[in-house]
Order: sequence, then C-alpha cells, then structure tokens
Amino acid sequence: MVGDLMPLDIVGLEVRRRGKRLLGPITHRFGLDGLTMVIGPNGAGKTTFLKALHGIERISAGDLRWATSPEDAKGRQAYVFQTPTMLRRSVRENLAYPLRLNGVRGGDLAKTCEAWAERINLSDALERPAPRLSGGERQKLAIARALISGPDLLFLDEPCANLDGSATADIERMLADALDQGTRIIMTSHDVGQVRRLAHDFLFLHGGQIREAGSSGQLNDPQSIELKSFLKGDILR
Amino acid sequence: MADIWDGMRAAFWLIVQLDADLMEITLRSLHVSLTALLIACLIALPAGTWLAVRRFRFRRAAIATLNAFMGLPPVVVGLIVYLLLSRDGPFGVFGLLFTPTAMIIAQVIIITPLVMSITHQAMRELWSEYHDLLISLNTSRSQRVRTLLWDGRRALLTAALAGFGRAIGEVGAIMIVGGNIDHVTRVLTTAIALETSKGDFALALGLGFVLIGLSLVISFLTHSLSQTERSGRW
Ligand SMILES: Nc1ncnc2c1ncn2[C@@H]1O[C@H](COP(=O)(O)OP(=O)(O)OP(=O)(O)O)[C@@H](O)[C@H]1O
Ligand SMILES: [Mg+2]
Repeated sequence: MVGDLMPLDIVGLEVRRRGKRLLGPITHRFGLDGLTMVIGPNGAGKTTFLKALHGIERISAGDLRWATSPEDAKGRQAYVFQTPTMLRRSVRENLAYPLRLNGVRGGDLAKTCEAWAERINLSDALERPAPRLSGGERQKLAIARALISGPDLLFLDEPCANLDGSATADIERMLADALDQGTRIIMTSHDVGQVRRLAHDFLFLHGGQIREAGSSGQLNDPQSIELKSFLKGDILR
Repeated sequence: MADIWDGMRAAFWLIVQLDADLMEITLRSLHVSLTALLIACLIALPAGTWLAVRRFRFRRAAIATLNAFMGLPPVVVGLIVYLLLSRDGPFGVFGLLFTPTAMIIAQVIIITPLVMSITHQAMRELWSEYHDLLISLNTSRSQRVRTLLWDGRRALLTAALAGFGRAIGEVGAIMIVGGNIDHVTRVLTTAIALETSKGDFALALGLGFVLIGLSLVISFLTHSLSQTERSGRW
C-alpha cells in the first residue's frame, strides 16, 4: 500500500513564474504515514507547493523522489482543491466519475456511490445537480469523490475554509477514517485548532520557503518568531 | 399594396391546405440543411473542443483562421464549390453539380466554422473550470474531450442551432451549386427569390412565412436553452 509509494523526498524544489520565484528551494522528506499540515500565511505558497507535489504545477527546478515510479505515483494520489470543482452533473455522477475512469460499472458503481453519499449525508441529494449544493456539502462531496477510488495519498487544500463547526467536524471525521485506512494525507489549514487536532507533523511555509518543520509536539514550542505569531493568530508580514 | 394583401391571403391558404409544392420545397430545405448540420456538427463539435483543450504551436493561428472562415461570403463558397464540382473540375466525374448533395457540401463549408467557433468558445470556458480536476484525476486526452462534450452539451446544442439558422436561411451558395431546379434542388430561399422575381407573391410569401416560423422556433429554443444554462439546471 502506502509503503511502496512513500516516503517522498523532495530535493531543491523550485517554482518560478515570469522570472519570480514563488516557491523554494525546498528540500524535505515526507514520511511514511500520518497527516502532514502545511501551514503559513496567505500567499506563502501553500497551494503552489501542494500542486507541485501532486504534479499539476510545473516545477522549475528540483526533483520529486517517490518510492515508486512517477507514473505509478501519479495514479495513486487524489487532490481536493481550495475551491472544489463540481462537475455539471448530479451528485451521483460526481461520485461515479473517478470510478468510471477506472472502469467500474453497473451494480458495483451504484452501490459504492450510494454508500459514500450516505457517509456525507447526501443520500437524499443523489440526483441533484452538484453545482447547486451548499459550500459545506460541496466540500464534503469533493472529499468523498477524492477518496472514492481509494488513493494512497490525499492532498487537501484548506478543506474547511468558510465552514461552520459541525461541517468541519464531519470533514475531520472523514479524514480520521481515511488515516485509519492507511491513507497518507498532506493538507493545508488556516485553523490553528484544526492543525493541533489533526497534524502528526507540520511544515511552516513563509515567503515560499520552509521556515520550520517538525512533529506536532513542536507546535507547543515554536522556534521562529513567525511561527510563534502565526500560532497566536497574529498578522504576519 | 393590394398585391401584398392578396399575396398574404393566398399564402395563408397555401399553408393551411398544406400545398404540395410548398410542402415539397420545405421538406427539401429541411433535408439539405439538417444533413449539412449533422455533418458540420460531426466535424465541428469534436474539433472545436479539441482546439480548446489542446495546446499546440499554431493554436492562435488556427483560431484566427477559423474566425476568418466564419466570415466567408456564401456566394464565394458557392462559386468555389461550383468550380470544384463542374464537369471540368477536379470532382467533376461524380456529377454532383445541381444536386442536393452539392448544396449540402456548400452548406457544410459555410456552417462548420460557425459551429466550431461557438463550440470552441463554450468549451474553453468549461475547460478552464474543469482543467485542474481532470488533470488531477489523470484523465486521458480523449476522456477529457468526452467529458467536456457531455457536460457542455447544452452549449453545443446552442452552437448547432446557430448553424442550422445560418444554413436554412442561406441563399447565395445553394443557388449557384444547386441551380434552383424545380422538384430537384429548389429550396425555401431559392424559391422565394425566384417567385419574387416572377411576381408570384402568394407562393413567395407562403414560403417566407414558413422560413420565418422556422427561425422563430430556432431562436426560441436557443433562448430557453441559454436560460436553463444560466440558471444552472442540468
Ligand atoms: N501563475 C502564477 N503567476 C504568478 N504568481 C503566482 C502564480 N500562482 C501563484 N502566484 C503567487 O504565488 C504566491 C503563492 O500563492 P499560493 O496560492 O501558493 O499561496 P497560498 O499560501 O496558497 O495562499 P492562500 O492561503 O491565500 O491560499 C502568491 O503571491 C500568488 O500571487
Ligand atoms: Mg492557497
């Protein structure tokens, strides 16, 4: 399972656009399992970083070294975007889409979709157009759609932004379940409480660079001033 | 003035009584334009989508060419198709000149760029929305095109309607390559032109009403389609 995908070593990763360096150089090892939080202020480069890891942001320099071939690695990841894309289809068809790509058909397809719809409390909305769902419902649907084909590595870019407490709790439960199943998770969050609840380890980005990284325990004893004020909720410049 | 009123009354009766000539001409018009539309769509819908999804070196040039082709004067298209199909032309051996097939060929050339351009525009918008997700899901290029075609099907229907509207009302090209031969290549627009020049306003107006009716149906359908599209009901 995850064992032959992770760890992921990134070496000298850089993303430049129009001569400006948005990210890096970053060298880091993502361990075998658990949940890694990528934190940092707006514009720190979190989204760029996650997309680069997932292979949908062009890398200007550096290397991603998976425990397996890049092609194999690519097929075993899923990504939930900061603003989730809903296909202009029903909830059922949104869930079915990744399964269809993998050749799942017929009864299995229907059963899996219905089971996942139940898990995200959208059983009654299966035939409703997904773009009409509320923000929280959309976010849950996007996560279910990412998990439905059983990825070994899941990226989530601020899955709980703009959500209330109960929706956030639902999503955190889904992530905890996925972790129990052995899914490796790399995500971003602005919610310091959520970071403390979920993170096994963290990585603090500022200005496109890693300022600090460590296990979640280290969040209680931040080294840099930037992380200290970030955790206190101060405004960073 | 009296002429016109008499003509209108006569036209009305031609339509109510389903006049044989009127029916024949209308059906031929529909046959030619719908066949041309079908062929144009088979080319333009995938090609327009492909153009929206694929990045290649001459993409801009291709789009500019497409837009230029959209503005081709139908009469000139008619002239070129005429030369190609005439006895001495490269495709003369097929004997297609002055047949409905020749008219279909001309109309395909006229409406394909239009349908393709509208398709391209709509698909580019949808693609920018879907891009990241479809790339992330590791879709193949043909899976992407199929997803866009399916989810953009309303926009594609709008494109097809626009193509049909252009085809059914077109007169210059099909007059040249079809020759407006009675019972063979006479269609709504060419018949109107002929009957008007002969001074037979009854048939001309009757045919005109049918044509206007068709255009109204098209614009009504287009309108209600774009309404459902906007209000997000799929
Ligand atoms: N294609 C691009 N061209 C130029 N600049 C870009 C491009 N993409 C992102 N940026 C810039 O790179 C920086 C990092 O962006 P990124 O979206 O990664 O930040 P973020 O940490 O995810 O922020 P947020 O918390 O607001 O989501 C920003 O200043 C952004 O404006
Ligand atoms: Mg971001």
